[in-house]
Order: sequence, then structure tokens, then C-alpha cells
Amino acid sequence: MTDKLLPPKKKNPQLRQRVPTLPPAMRSRAALGLTAAAARGEFSLQHCEDCGAVQYPPRDACSSCLSVKLSWRETGRQGKLIAETRIHASPDPYYRERLPWRSGLVRLDAGPTVLCHLHGDVGRGDTLRMDLKLDKAGQGAMIALPVERTPDMADDPQLRSLTADPKHRRILITDIRSPMTRPLIDGLLAAGAAHVFVGQSESWRRGSDHEAIAALDKVSVVQLDVTDASSVQRLAAEIGGKTDILINTARFVRPGGVLGADTVFAREEFETNALGLMRLAQAFGPGMASRTADGVNSAVALVNLLSVHALSADPHYGAFSASQSAALSISQTLRSEFRSSGLRVINVFTGPTDDEWHQPLPPPKVPPKALAKSVLTALGEGLEDVFCGDVAKDLQERWRKDAKVLERELTGGGA
Amino acid sequence: MKRQSYEGVVVTAPVSVPYVRYSQETAHWWIARALKQLLDVAGLSPRELDGFSVSSFTLFPDTPVGLTQHLGLSPRWLDSIPMGGASGVVALRRAARAVQAGDVDVVACVAGDANRIDSFRQLLSSFSRFAMDASYPYGSGGPNASFALIADAYMAEYGATREDFGRIAVAQRANALHYPNAIMKSPLTLEQYLSARPISEPFGLFDCVMPCAGAEGFLVMREDEAQRRGLAYARIASTIERHNAFPEDPVQLRGGWVMDVDELYEMAECGPDAIDVLETYDDYPVISMMQFEDLGFCAKGEGPQFVRDRDLTIDGDFPHNTSGGQLSAGQAGAAGGYLGLVEAIRQVTGQAAGTQVAEAKTAMVSGFGMINYDRGLCSSAAIITGAGR
Repeated sequence: MTDKLLPPKKKNPQLRQRVPTLPPAMRSRAALGLTAAAARGEFSLQHCEDCGAVQYPPRDACSSCLSVKLSWRETGRQGKLIAETRIHASPDPYYRERLPWRSGLVRLDAGPTVLCHLHGDVGRGDTLRMDLKLDKAGQGAMIALPVERTPDMADDPQLRSLTADPKHRRILITDIRSPMTRPLIDGLLAAGAAHVFVGQSESWRRGSDHEAIAALDKVSVVQLDVTDASSVQRLAAEIGGKTDILINTARFVRPGGVLGADTVFAREEFETNALGLMRLAQAFGPGMASRTADGVNSAVALVNLLSVHALSADPHYGAFSASQSAALSISQTLRSEFRSSGLRVINVFTGPTDDEWHQPLPPPKVPPKALAKSVLTALGEGLEDVFCGDVAKDLQERWRKDAKVLERELTGGGA
Repeated sequence: MKRQSYEGVVVTAPVSVPYVRYSQETAHWWIARALKQLLDVAGLSPRELDGFSVSSFTLFPDTPVGLTQHLGLSPRWLDSIPMGGASGVVALRRAARAVQAGDVDVVACVAGDANRIDSFRQLLSSFSRFAMDASYPYGSGGPNASFALIADAYMAEYGATREDFGRIAVAQRANALHYPNAIMKSPLTLEQYLSARPISEPFGLFDCVMPCAGAEGFLVMREDEAQRRGLAYARIASTIERHNAFPEDPVQLRGGWVMDVDELYEMAECGPDAIDVLETYDDYPVISMMQFEDLGFCAKGEGPQFVRDRDLTIDGDFPHNTSGGQLSAGQAGAAGGYLGLVEAIRQVTGQAAGTQVAEAKTAMVSGFGMINYDRGLCSSAAIITGAGR
């Protein structure tokens, strides 16, 4: 059984902080299919469309029949550990700091043998559950997990290096007025978060649950307006060095298309939803990126809440959709800019949320609790793209299938 | 179709350029030194040499083509054997057929590699596409970790112990003390082997080779050509080569030799009993043990008992890796795939000096190479005889 991860000791400021290094990051184009699956939390391998043979490692032609028609499909995770080792020597700077490191060979029930990381509770001869996760280099990596979940299994050091688990970490949630903030705080504290900072932008306009949140143990309300660069910088100067996870819940939404809409609202949407993210990243990002190897409470992730209409516009929320596309685009650039540090940028996409601004829309709508749960899942599993609720999942599937068909459906013209 | 014999073709002029742990010199430099020795022995000038076969991991951005201009050669037959530990035997069998067919008169076969500070790490991280995608990112233990997994599965399957592997390593160190070019100069006891620091379990330090720089080489030519030049030579009784054998095996507990070993003995018209000296590819002792089994010296799974019963030293009843193998002589990149063959030529031509096995007439050399993902893909073996002595 995994040893319970203890809270970190107070850091000695005179000691040098460990500089982030990455595990080997180079991959072939085919292997990026593993990364894409890991980003979404899927376990996918290449299947031959002609003979059905399952392939691993990723390749460009079937090793059974030479067909080049290989497609990524969800695959059974079950397998058996047939060999294991504990590595005590490595020339790689990332692993040298983390030795000993366990790896093993798993014979998947689906066929191939997979060389993978090993969870501490897995040993030779065990049947196990294989998972694909993003490693610190942002690449898909295989890890063998016990079939049955155990209480502290997420504390396993090899597994924890592949997730953004909130346990013992300090978290900033940017907007106290978001309806998902309270369930998010509750979930984070239940998951073992050390402290939660919650931003409020307008102290004269408090929500009904403000007092209840402010009174919570391990929670502090801090002044933060994401549309104001100096406000963001002031807070970063104060708590940037102890922000391990940043969850951006700030958003501004007004219904309406593009032709009839006031650009004042559109400007506000871009200021909050797109440029707000940019300001937060500029103020908090570099500090977080320098602390990604800093022990138990190292900085680990920046989380964005996005409308799934970032992928394809909802003409009833025209300018808002545009601001979401802009935020998505900014998050992609941030991924590139944080790549060398291992800081993860997580996007949680949602359909219409069950709040005042989506009041006239028919269900299903995403309740704040469900959205909070998706954020916690993304952190705990270490995902990069999460789609919360039926509308978001459905829309994402249609977008992956054919973005143009989806656009036509959303803009009128589907039956 | 029955394979033709190598009659009329011989292998000669075993040369070694002494290994160095780290060196600033390039692969070109090491290969040039081996080639110079070969040509001096044969009395050839660089321009006269008409055949050249090269194995090296560290020539980049050059290939053997670039080497011809770099070294001033004008060969009419040029080969590049990128098969790591299987390279020596494969170079030999290809050169032999070309000589036999008259495409070339003399082939200089050379393997050499550089080893600069940090170059081994760079080699590992981009060794192959599958390694880059699916093995190196998992702890970056390199071949030590990959073969540790094979050893772990082998021990579980056949009941081999660390002591069994240790017997191979200890005997080879005893042999190496008689080979002046060996990197390792001090004796090794079984206790030292067992208590060495762990590298990748079940492997400890003395299961692993020491990467270094160096080169090895030999010449292949017609028998009359060797006689004319007054060279001691060996005949090639038989050879085999196989790649990606048994892809359906979940983990590698046998090598490609199993597919071809019957033909190896049949062509040589002998059995395992006729082998006076065996030189296996010992990137790890467990791989040598696998070769004892797969080359027919004992049954599958009896490798552990075999090494308990036999004496693997030069004077023992089963002389094995007489120059110390890579475990004690060092692994100079692709030259590791030549070490056993060069030593075998010395043995059957009576030129092995301190490591000479008495009455060694017939030697077997086996090669094993290229851990592309989870297993070594190339296997090779040859039987050579010293009848031409």
C-alpha cells in the first residue's frame, strides 16, 4: 500500500530551490497519438483497420499485415506485469534526481507488450490497469496501476509526477462570485489542499455566499480584478510564490449575436475572459514555472474554464464565443511557453452553465457542482482537456468528426 | 536450397586498438587507426584496398561513404553494417560472399566508436524511434534497464540466480587479467559481484559493460591471397544471421539463434562438442547464458545449471570470452560486436598470447545487437576453424 504523503516541511529560504528539468521529450509524430489520448484521459492504441491487430509502440504500418491504415481507438486497459526493474542509475538529469525509479513490462490483454512506469502497489505477476498520462514533458506516458483503487494511491511518487493532485498544494481561485467557486473550494479542501485563496474584484458588491466562504478554515479572500493589470501584479507579488495551482473562474458573459450587440459588452468579455487570462499568466506564470520541481507543494497547473463554444461559435452568444476562442488560443501559446518548466495548462470546457446568463436556454445545463468536479478530476488525473457535461462532450465529438458540419448545425441549417 | 560453403575464403589479421574510457578523438580517428594496422599487416596501401566494411554509431554526420574520402580510399565494394553487437559476424559473412564471387579481393572490416563525455547519453536518447517513443522516457535507464527486465523475467521463468550470472562475470574477469588491452585490470570475486551497487535491479555494477572508445578489425580475402602475403588465417565453416525473431514472445527469453542453430552446425558439419572456444556477446551475463542455451550447449532453461557445472576460464573445460568479453575488456560501441570475433581469429590461428586456449582449433562466435524497444533484434553466429595455420 502507498505511504501517505506527508505535508511538506517549511522551506528553508537559504537553500537553493530545485530547478525544473524534464524527462525525455522527443517523440515521433505517430507517438503524439498517445499524448493526445493522455490529454483527454483516454486509453487509446493504434488498431489496424484491415486485420485488427493492436500496435505498440506507435508506428506507421501494421506489424501483422503491413496495412498503413492504423487508427487510434479506445483499448482495454487490462494487462499483466511480466517483468519489473528498479532503476538506480540514469544519465538523464530528470530521472537522476528521482532515483530509484521503477519500470516494467506489461503484457496487455489486447496483445502488445508495453514498457511502462509502475505504481508502487504493482508487482510481477499482478493483473493491473494501464493508464496513459501526461508526463512533466507534456508527453503521453504509460503507467501500470493496481486494479482496485486504494486510499492513498494518488500519493505514489511516480503517479503524482504525472498528475496535478491538489493534496498539500496552495490554490488560487480567481473569482469568488462564480457559482462554481464554493463547490470547488469544498472539493479542493476535501482533496487535501493546503490553502485556498479566493479573489474578489468588487468588495462593495458581495455575493450571498461571501461571508460563508470567507469564514472557512484554510481559505483567504484576496483582492483581485483580472481586468486590472496592477491588481493582478499586486496579488502576484503577495502570494505568487505560494500559488501552486491557479484556477481561473473569472468570466464575463452577455447573450446576443454580433450585429446587434454593444461592443462595450464585447470589450468587457475580451478584457475578462481573454486578456484576464493573459494578465494572470504574465503575473503568476513565471513564478509558478520556476517552482515546478519544488518538492511536495511544487507549482503544477494553471486551469482555465472555457465555454465549449471556444471550438465553434454559438451565434446566440457571438461576442462571448469569440472571447472564448481567444482564450483557448492564448492557452495554447501558454502551453508552449510553459513547456520547458513542466507547468501544465488545463482547459475545462463546459456547455451552457446553469446560471442567470443562460436562463432562457433549455437543459441540459451544467450545474456548478459538476463543473467543480470536472476541475478536480482534471487535476487529480492530470488531464489537459476536459469536457464537462453532455452538451460539451457531444459538441466536442461533433467538432472532432467534422468542424464544418458542426458549424453549419450551430449556425442553422441542420434538420 | 542448400547453402554454399565459404570454401576458398579466409579471415585474417585480427587487430585491436586499445580502448580508452573517455576520449576526445572521433570515430574517424579510431577507425583510421584500426585500418592502418590492417593494411600494415597485409602490406597494402590505402589506395590499393578494394573492399571496406564499417560499423559505427558515432560517425554522424558521415557514413562510410564520407570515410572513403576522409581516409583516402577508393574501394570498389563498400558496406555499412549498423547492427551493433551482431556486426562482426554479419560483416564477415557479407564480405566473404563478395570475395568468393570475385566482386572484391580484400575487404577490411572495421568497427570503431568514439566516447566523449556525455556522448553515451546523447546516443541513448535517440538510439531508435521506438526507444525514443516507448522505452527511454520510462526512467531513462538505457539498455541496463531494458535488459534488467529481460533478466527479471528469465530469473522468474528458469530459476536463475544472481550467483549464476556472477559466475560468468567472475570467469571473464579472470580471463581479462591475461588480455593486456582489457580496461579492467583487477580481479573480481563473486562476493564483490554480489555486493556491487545496484544499477537496475536485478543488475548490479558488474552485470554492466563500461562504455569506452576503441576499434577492432580484420581482413577477409581468398585463401591464396592470404598465403601469398604470409598471413595466418582461419576458415569460415558456417554463419547465421536473424533479425526480429519470435516477435510474438511477450518478453525475450530466447534469441534468434534458435531459428538457425541447426543450420549453423549442419553447414559446419560438427556439433557443440567440437567447439574449443566460445565467444558470446556479453552485454550482460544473462545474454551469454541465453546463448549457451540457444546455441545448443545446454537445453533451454539449463543455463544456470550449466554455469554451475562448467569452468568458463581460459584453462577451464568450457573456455568462454577468453579476452574478458565486453564486461571486462570494455564496450567500444560497435567494436563490441567485433571483440569476440577478433579474439576467436587469434585463438584458432594461435596468436592469442596470454589468453591462448591450448589446442584451440574451432571457435564459435555469436553476436547480438540493437535493443530497438524491449529486446535485442539482431542475432548472428559463426564457426571458424584454424586449419590454415
